[in-house]
Amino acid sequence: MDIALTDLLLEYLPILIFLGVAIGLSVVMVGGSYIAAHQKPDPEKLSAYECGFDAFEGSRAQFDVRFYLVAILFIIFDLEVAFLFPWAVALGEIGVFGFWSMVVFLGILTIGFVYEWKKGALEWE
Amino acid sequence: MIVQGLVFYLFAAIVVVSGVMVISARNPVHSVLFLILAFFNSAGLFVLMGAEFLAMILIIVYVGAVAVLFLFVVMMLDVNFVQLREGFLQYLPVGGLIGIILFVELLLVLGGAGVTVEGAPANALAAPMPAANVTNTEALGALLYTKYVYLFQAAGMVLLVAMIGAIVLTHRTRPGVRRQNISDQVGRRREDGVELKKIQPGQGA
Amino acid sequence: MVEFWIDYGFPLLIILLKIIVILVPVLIGVAFATYFDRKIWAAMQMRRGPNVVGPFGLMQPFADGLKLFMKETIIPAGANKGVFLLAPAITFSLAMIGWAVIPFGDGLVLSDINVGILYMFAISSLGVYGIIMGGWASNSKYPFFGALRSAAQMVSYEVSMGFIIVTVLLCVGSLNLSDIVRAQEKIWFAIPLFPMFVMFFISALAETNRPPFDLPEAESELVAGYQIEYSSMAFALFMLGEYANILLLSGLTTILFLGGWLPPFDIAPFNWIPGPIWFLSKLAFLFFVFSWVKATVPRYRYDQLMRLGWKIFLPLSLFWVVLTAGVLVAFDWVP
Repeated sequence: MDIALTDLLLEYLPILIFLGVAIGLSVVMVGGSYIAAHQKPDPEKLSAYECGFDAFEGSRAQFDVRFYLVAILFIIFDLEVAFLFPWAVALGEIGVFGFWSMVVFLGILTIGFVYEWKKGALEWE
Repeated sequence: MIVQGLVFYLFAAIVVVSGVMVISARNPVHSVLFLILAFFNSAGLFVLMGAEFLAMILIIVYVGAVAVLFLFVVMMLDVNFVQLREGFLQYLPVGGLIGIILFVELLLVLGGAGVTVEGAPANALAAPMPAANVTNTEALGALLYTKYVYLFQAAGMVLLVAMIGAIVLTHRTRPGVRRQNISDQVGRRREDGVELKKIQPGQGA
Repeated sequence: MVEFWIDYGFPLLIILLKIIVILVPVLIGVAFATYFDRKIWAAMQMRRGPNVVGPFGLMQPFADGLKLFMKETIIPAGANKGVFLLAPAITFSLAMIGWAVIPFGDGLVLSDINVGILYMFAISSLGVYGIIMGGWASNSKYPFFGALRSAAQMVSYEVSMGFIIVTVLLCVGSLNLSDIVRAQEKIWFAIPLFPMFVMFFISALAETNRPPFDLPEAESELVAGYQIEYSSMAFALFMLGEYANILLLSGLTTILFLGGWLPPFDIAPFNWIPGPIWFLSKLAFLFFVFSWVKATVPRYRYDQLMRLGWKIFLPLSLFWVVLTAGVLVAFDWVP
């Protein structure tokens, strides 16, 4: 095990502990309140929030397919961003060729973007 | 070193357990949540290997984007998953076969680490170590856009196909929807909407 | 045994102490952020805001906290209990662990990881989970719709946020947050990348579901969005997480564009003031702008929100990425 890796891991250890502390804190807060406060549930209190009637139908309604489309397009653009990160960091080394390589890549994806724009996939109504 | 080993076993155990829970949980949403847990701990394993960039990208892309789509689908589609499960045993032979093939392949990779492919250097499987002061993001960036430029562009094409495919499959234009047309709104002049008329007293419009 | 303490016990204790030194001020800061938010909002509407509890109402956040603590924890009968309670804990924990990589001053950072900005980006992209899980687990209509809207909204602005971060990284050449600040010693990135600064701030508003993008909890139509079914400390965790996220994104904006802990000019009266104070005052200023926007701008309609994200911010930020890179390469300024 080389020293560089150990140093790297030592930087991450506090994050792991921090995560543990944060989760522990939230458990303590909710649990403490649960114990300290007076709990007296009844069916009216526990029913889902509505305007006064009982709900006519379940809440698991179907909804517009557009939301899926947004999620899918997000994945694609997120990947594009993921490709940009190492490029931005290494641009000094890879120089002009690296720059044009990325411009071509972005150009290809811009075609897709223009297509979805023209198709109206970005419209909401 | 002991801490590192303990953390490794912790992460690895959680990955395996949550992997089992993904396929055995009754509620599909719980399955996805366990999948997310598995992704998280795999990212932890990546960090333990020193691959920080991959760890973060794993979280950003898989947990932050792909799993959101999964959650959308299972939470909101309201599919009857009990019904889907009925034919479970029917798929067992095919699934088992694929599982065995994957397992054998894994064994080959692990056992075959010493075998040299002709032409390839003996240590092709060992990770090349970049210079100590280069972070792995930089090392990746220095190679990906120059040496592997064709693969990189191919990845771009794959993303393009995915984008077009998603739109072709899911996009529907609904007839009879009135959209806001901003240029129409902004381009509207006073003369289009208001008309002033001189009216003589006592005569009406 | 002694060796064990020296090797593991003390370093662990030091880390825990550092975490407490960060966590406690952040929690107190978040508590007072709710107070100042209400005060600023009230002042802009010519009201007084909270002024009863303690001097100038300063003890209001603690009174609120205590009140919420003593309330009954209601878990709706139709809810999915585990996920219902997990959701606020996730929102809160994510908003907290982001502070682990924030450099408060030169070298004043808990974990100085190489990929700090990616870590922050990951944290902000995970923020959507607390909301979707809370909305789904409540098994009620309003939370469900709120969660759905919120997920699509946060996801949409995440993309342009990523592109904007890339433009900054191009000028830095490192993913480390301290390096990003150090690269601004000559000039803050808010000046050459001014449009990106504005867009990043607006995206931050959308990411934290603040007005004018508070569609997920639009009270006139969705009552309170994904938070409706929550009460007591579970609700408090959502609230704390939300404000901690606002502060966190203000901090990130400070680091990316306003030169972090650096003074505006590196000359006598300015560089006497220590770095952390500069950092915190910039953060406080951005938080004030958050409240200011909340008090002045009306809520967006959903289609307008999506259009702004996908049709304006996305192409504009993508264009700026190419432009910035082009300028840097052409003049050979690449770091």
